[in-house]
Amino acid sequence: MTEPKEAWITGIGIVSSLGEGLDAHWDALNARRINVDEKRFAPYIVHPLAPISFDVQIPKKGDQRQMEGWQRIGTYAAGLALDSAGVKGNQEILGRMDMIVAAGGGERDIAVDMAILNADAKGNSAPSFLNERLMNDLRPTLFLAQLSNLLAGNIAIVHGVSGTSRTFMGEEAASIDAARIALARIASGQSDIALVGAAHNGERPDLLVLYEFGDFNLTDKFAPVWARDKNSGFALGSAGVFLVVESKEHAQARGAKPYAKLTNVVADLAQRKQPGAVTKSLEALWSNLGALTDNGNLITGATGVEPVTSEEKAFLKRHPGYAVRATGTTFGHTLETQFPLGLALAALSISRGALFPPNDPTGLEVEMSAPPTQIVVVGTGHWQGEGMALVEAIS
Amino acid sequence: MTAPRDKFGRPIVVVTGMGVVTSLGAGKADNWAKLTAGESGIRTVTRFPIDGLKTTMAGTVDFVTVEPFSSTGLTERLADIATEEALEQAGIGSKGDFPGPLFLAVAPVEVEWPQRLEVGRAIGKPEFDYHDLLRVSGGGKFAQFHHRFMFGSVASHLAETFGTKGSPISLSTACASGATAIQLGVEAIRRGEADAALCVATDGSVNPEALVRFSLLSALSTQNDPPQTASKPFSKNRDGFVMAEGAGALVLESYEAAIARGAPILGVVAGCGELTDSFHRTRSSPDGKPIIGCVRKTLADAGMTSEQVDYINAHGTATPENDKMEYLAISTVFGERATQIPVSSNKSMVGHTISAAGAVEAIFSLLTLEHQRIPPTINYDVPDPAIPFDVVPNKARDARVTAVMSNSFGFGGQNASLVLTREPI
Repeated sequence: MTEPKEAWITGIGIVSSLGEGLDAHWDALNARRINVDEKRFAPYIVHPLAPISFDVQIPKKGDQRQMEGWQRIGTYAAGLALDSAGVKGNQEILGRMDMIVAAGGGERDIAVDMAILNADAKGNSAPSFLNERLMNDLRPTLFLAQLSNLLAGNIAIVHGVSGTSRTFMGEEAASIDAARIALARIASGQSDIALVGAAHNGERPDLLVLYEFGDFNLTDKFAPVWARDKNSGFALGSAGVFLVVESKEHAQARGAKPYAKLTNVVADLAQRKQPGAVTKSLEALWSNLGALTDNGNLITGATGVEPVTSEEKAFLKRHPGYAVRATGTTFGHTLETQFPLGLALAALSISRGALFPPNDPTGLEVEMSAPPTQIVVVGTGHWQGEGMALVEAIS
Repeated sequence: MTAPRDKFGRPIVVVTGMGVVTSLGAGKADNWAKLTAGESGIRTVTRFPIDGLKTTMAGTVDFVTVEPFSSTGLTERLADIATEEALEQAGIGSKGDFPGPLFLAVAPVEVEWPQRLEVGRAIGKPEFDYHDLLRVSGGGKFAQFHHRFMFGSVASHLAETFGTKGSPISLSTACASGATAIQLGVEAIRRGEADAALCVATDGSVNPEALVRFSLLSALSTQNDPPQTASKPFSKNRDGFVMAEGAGALVLESYEAAIARGAPILGVVAGCGELTDSFHRTRSSPDGKPIIGCVRKTLADAGMTSEQVDYINAHGTATPENDKMEYLAISTVFGERATQIPVSSNKSMVGHTISAAGAVEAIFSLLTLEHQRIPPTINYDVPDPAIPFDVVPNKARDARVTAVMSNSFGFGGQNASLVLTREPI
């Protein structure tokens, strides 16, 4: 085997409840700003997408109409990432670029669903009823706006990314594996450059129902992730995050400026029926990550859901020298976008020479004044899937 | 002994176990017998009412049942059956301990109508809104619905049951998903990350809303009567694909590892390739460049020329668009040979198993290599003069086959192809 190639993060695209772009996010994080809506879906709490003019990255209205919210968010963020990497419109590069998208599924037509459910409750459940309602009431193009792989499809159509296209599914783990496979392909020379990321629309009643089945939703009153011991749960967040990752040689050859180095991504599927399995899994991932400093930085997507958040806390306690930041407090839980968000904020922090300040009344997050040379990114799924990445400054 | 690496210096990837379920039956033997007899697995849907539907037939797998029924539950069960057969043939690892990663092609998962209706009925009043629905959803009564309708649920079940290693990957590249799962396994072995990989593709999603969705896109055949003749790839009177269910599982191994443990070598995944079409959400670029590029990339990845391929297992969905574009691509790459080389579509018999199709058809391609017999394209009575393929019409044919190309093209511009050979080239 040849020596693995170094991979650089050369593009970051981010839209969320805090706004769009790197400067807006950096300012908001430093101001400890949180955008949370406790009323719209009360008693459920969401972090709504900041107002975005989608025309900027998705110029054709026809394209926008073909997408539901999650696809628009993702296609927008992908465009920002390509801009940030300086490859937007460069068909030579886009035509051979890898794309790995971590996707959930698209929105339901809530009005159609509710009409069917109400009719059913009134006793209208003739055999043909469901078929007829669906045939007559569903918009023909809604299917494409729901299909998981059509976020990648829309990014190809709108931005021309057309080398390879792979959509991974499976909630939080999907994006951990997306980053892992993108890095493995670049490190081994199977690819030179990749667009990797995800998008999530947290303002969806159908998703609230899905997570309510498992009692995962945060209700009544917002609290930071580490302060949810008595009222556990996650607040869904809207966000789209994409990264351009490329080999050092490829970046240097085109004169691209890196934000940071993506050194390693590791993933696990802990058997969570065993108490303590997540703590053990994270510890094992930690030891496989690479050479770590004693006093470092860690960005986690901890959800606030129990018991997994307590198990993650137990892991963090074993590494007391680390300055921890939980994205869930600020951005909410963004499912597939959780891990790319952590990677993006790690790369951003390294490029700005500072870790953003803590936002935590419990004291678990501590101040860190030293410029970060290493940031560990942790992603722990709300019901399964664990992962970790090491993002480093380029020496 | 052949060198364990290909001409590019990469580990050669071989197949040592295969399992398959389709509407024709469970297992390779049953499927192969019916496939080469030209039998159709397409039938009128009986699983749910068909009143009001434009398309009323599908290649459902009715001999497998799950309780309580959900498409995702059936999808999982089909994957179990195919995987058990593949592992038994491969004889790798031990029970519940597969020594490599899992790559799973699976349809996107969502809450389904029977379950949604169950929650709605729990509200207990005739008029309600989403807040009422939310109010009854929690408290643990429907906890199993959360688990069932997570996208990662089928993969985690398989990982736990068969003891695959690491984080299992669930993927969707629409109709190319099965090929993508194989491709990810090949890449992992070539990178030296694993000596073996379990690649599974499964789809049990014939339900009312899925049928309606494809109907509304005018993608499905409406030639409901008789259902067995609905799927007419490459025929002039083709009018769409037929939804179907099934699963395929392949154990991939490095040639070196397979030889070392004396495993049966069923074939070689010599090359794989993909190229995205950025033209339209459901239609191919009219010039066919992306699919032409996909086929060329695949040949290049295998280090082969088109002359070395002697059978094409077509995507052949029987939609007017696909079959025309597939001919354009093949005739561009294969030149004059495009009208001579056998090109048949398994979908004429098993229908379109969507997420599973790439793997199911890779398995049929490997069986073609093993038996030196090409399954036919059935329902081929009215040839389309614009598609002068030798489609192996209606009857299986004995032939010398050393290398097969298997194509998969899907919504969202997903194009993937594989080259499978009997021996390392």
